[in-house]
Amino acid sequence: MNKLIVSPSPHVHGKQSTNSIMMDVVIALLPATLVSVYAHGLNALMLALVGVVSCVLIEWLIQKFIFKNTVGWCGSAAAVTGLLLALNLPPTAPWWLVVVGSIVAIGIAKMTFGGLGQNIFNPAIVGRVFLLISFPVLMTSWDASGSWFAVDAFSGATPLGAVKEGLANGLTLSQITADNMSFSEQFFFSTGGSAGELSSLALLVGFIYLLCRKVVKVTIPLTIIATVFVMCGIFHLVNPELYTNPVFNVFQGGLLLGAFFMATDYVTSPMSTKGQIIFGVGIGVITVLIRYFGAYPEGVSFAILIMNCVVPLINKYCKPRRFGEAK
Amino acid sequence: MKRTFRIGGVHPNDNKISKNAAIEVFPAVETAYISMAQHLGAPANPVVAVGDKVKVGQVIGEPNGFISGYVHSSVSGTVKAVEPRADIAGNPVMNVVIAVEGDEWCEEIDRSTDIVRECSLTCEEILARIKNCGVVGMGGASFPTHVKLNPPKDKKAVALILNGTECEPYITSDDRIMRERPVEILIGAEIMKKVLGVDKCYVGIEENKPEAIASMSAAAEKFDGIEVVVLKKKYPQGGEKQLIDAIMHRQVPSGALPIDVGAVVQNVATSLAVYEAVQKNKPVIDNSVTVSGHCMASQHNYLVRVGTPISKILEVAGGLPENAAKVVSGGPMMGKAVVNLEAATVKANGSFLIMTAEETVRKRESNCIRCGKCADACPMGLEPYLLNKLARVGGLYDELEKERIFDCIECGCCLYTCPSNIPLLDLIRINKAEVMKIMRSRPKK
Repeated sequence: MNKLIVSPSPHVHGKQSTNSIMMDVVIALLPATLVSVYAHGLNALMLALVGVVSCVLIEWLIQKFIFKNTVGWCGSAAAVTGLLLALNLPPTAPWWLVVVGSIVAIGIAKMTFGGLGQNIFNPAIVGRVFLLISFPVLMTSWDASGSWFAVDAFSGATPLGAVKEGLANGLTLSQITADNMSFSEQFFFSTGGSAGELSSLALLVGFIYLLCRKVVKVTIPLTIIATVFVMCGIFHLVNPELYTNPVFNVFQGGLLLGAFFMATDYVTSPMSTKGQIIFGVGIGVITVLIRYFGAYPEGVSFAILIMNCVVPLINKYCKPRRFGEAK
Repeated sequence: MKRTFRIGGVHPNDNKISKNAAIEVFPAVETAYISMAQHLGAPANPVVAVGDKVKVGQVIGEPNGFISGYVHSSVSGTVKAVEPRADIAGNPVMNVVIAVEGDEWCEEIDRSTDIVRECSLTCEEILARIKNCGVVGMGGASFPTHVKLNPPKDKKAVALILNGTECEPYITSDDRIMRERPVEILIGAEIMKKVLGVDKCYVGIEENKPEAIASMSAAAEKFDGIEVVVLKKKYPQGGEKQLIDAIMHRQVPSGALPIDVGAVVQNVATSLAVYEAVQKNKPVIDNSVTVSGHCMASQHNYLVRVGTPISKILEVAGGLPENAAKVVSGGPMMGKAVVNLEAATVKANGSFLIMTAEETVRKRESNCIRCGKCADACPMGLEPYLLNKLARVGGLYDELEKERIFDCIECGCCLYTCPSNIPLLDLIRINKAEVMKIMRSRPKK
């Protein structure tokens, strides 16, 4: 005689689990990671590994010794934070920098709020911003001399940084020429910037993978990119000598990395489509304002953190359309 | 473009592994256990006593109130007992137990297989036959059909919708009757059209049943105003409100009934029962039942007499395999796990599904990662994660009501899709019952 299970419906479950979703994100970040290793050699690989290991280890230690509960603990979510943090650093950064960032990202931004699913701010961005403010020199030195392959060894400021500096010195954009890049250079490969920002194509490939796996929806990245493009377009038309062109703004800096992989973080983004559009537009506007008028050359991280703050409010007021309210 | 409902939904693997098993007549049983609670509403009153001889189709239970129904004997023989017995969930329900002797039918039932299309009865006579033959919603809800076909005078139906979606995975009993008996189903629809006074009837069938679509479409050519609508495969398309939205592009407002947007929905199996009742004078004494599961040696669709013990059905279907861990009455999304295999079938049982532990065991719950997949999947546009959070605080019934927990149709999409395996529907179900109790206790305006 069989012993039968009795439980309420449904009796089947979909294939996705928290773990499978997080592993998909790790897989989606691999093309960008490989590009940074190709361009910057062992140091970039070391950063990625140290980031993943330190984040997973710190989260496990906190779960084990402070929360005293490792049941249902999701290590792959910490791995995503670690990899994202590494991709947000200069590829030449020392190993301890990513460890410090991991402690802040996991220890402060995630676990103090209660761990997975409880944090208000994107942990990887909190880690990055902490490092940017605490170690401004290390975080903005882009010395690529350690490259294995010596791909167009590049050192100096990022294009966005060069523009900011030039404008501050009273030059016009046509004199700076940093934004004067070919489209293919911007799209396929450029050597300036954080480890994860080198190739827009690699980021796009990863993002398309996430779309195909139904891990993320296109709403947030699309609204961010569209907002930045339109807003920069208007400014650029008004004064092309002062405001960089929209294509440059979309492909340079951390915009794509942020839009594809950080603004789409489930925990820190709104639930409803309406809310996600507001969130995306907000990030786009704040990014452009910081880039054009702020003290920093780059503003995606700050924009995402600021919009993270208003997510609970957005969730409260942007309800999904209820059945029966359609026309 | 194929139509579907506009909000939410999921795509579970449809597993229609029994679709090519033609309907077999299930062998006669020795004892039939006929429940008096085979319809929504008050259970019927038994009108036979121990020792009485009964024939197939004879009334053995009479309705007890407006929303109730007749119950007929599905076998011929001697009444052995009239006693409460445990139903599939283990709850006691009044049963008439009949020791089967031969197979003698009431004379007024037309047992020939000739298809009778001509119907000269008035609407009142048709409704009376449907009521007297104990026809109920065969899709699972078992709402008395004569009540549904007789809407309040101030509400006017525009269209009849036949539900042939069979959106639940595994089940193929409706698919089989649509393939094997399309003309009879459509005559049933024609009769219901007449009663409702509507010109239009839509038959909604999901795209994963091409043979049923073909046979129903071919049959529909000989009828006026009956249109087969091919729908995309998406669960829960068979939900009444979802089906109306998919076919008529109208959404039934919260708290309203389908008739408020002019729709009356009936299952294809109900339509067949209406045909048999009106044209053949045959009460509901049998229905087609799918017996399926990957662990079963063979897949079956049976024509089963009402009152057949589930254990008997499983035995004839090949027996429960060693690794069977759950028997579900209905589909895997909304069906009920069977507690008592000795319970007998009722009119609305459409399938028994046998699952292994690997197929059905729930995984450990982990933290909500606020992915919003439950809200995307909810076909009623609710936010299950929020209802879950409010429910766990406890006692926040006003907030739950504001978030419209009472709109939940318990389809299970939220729990199905949740990557953290949070028992969303379990908590919603418990709290919905509480909220609706509070709402009902308020004085009516």
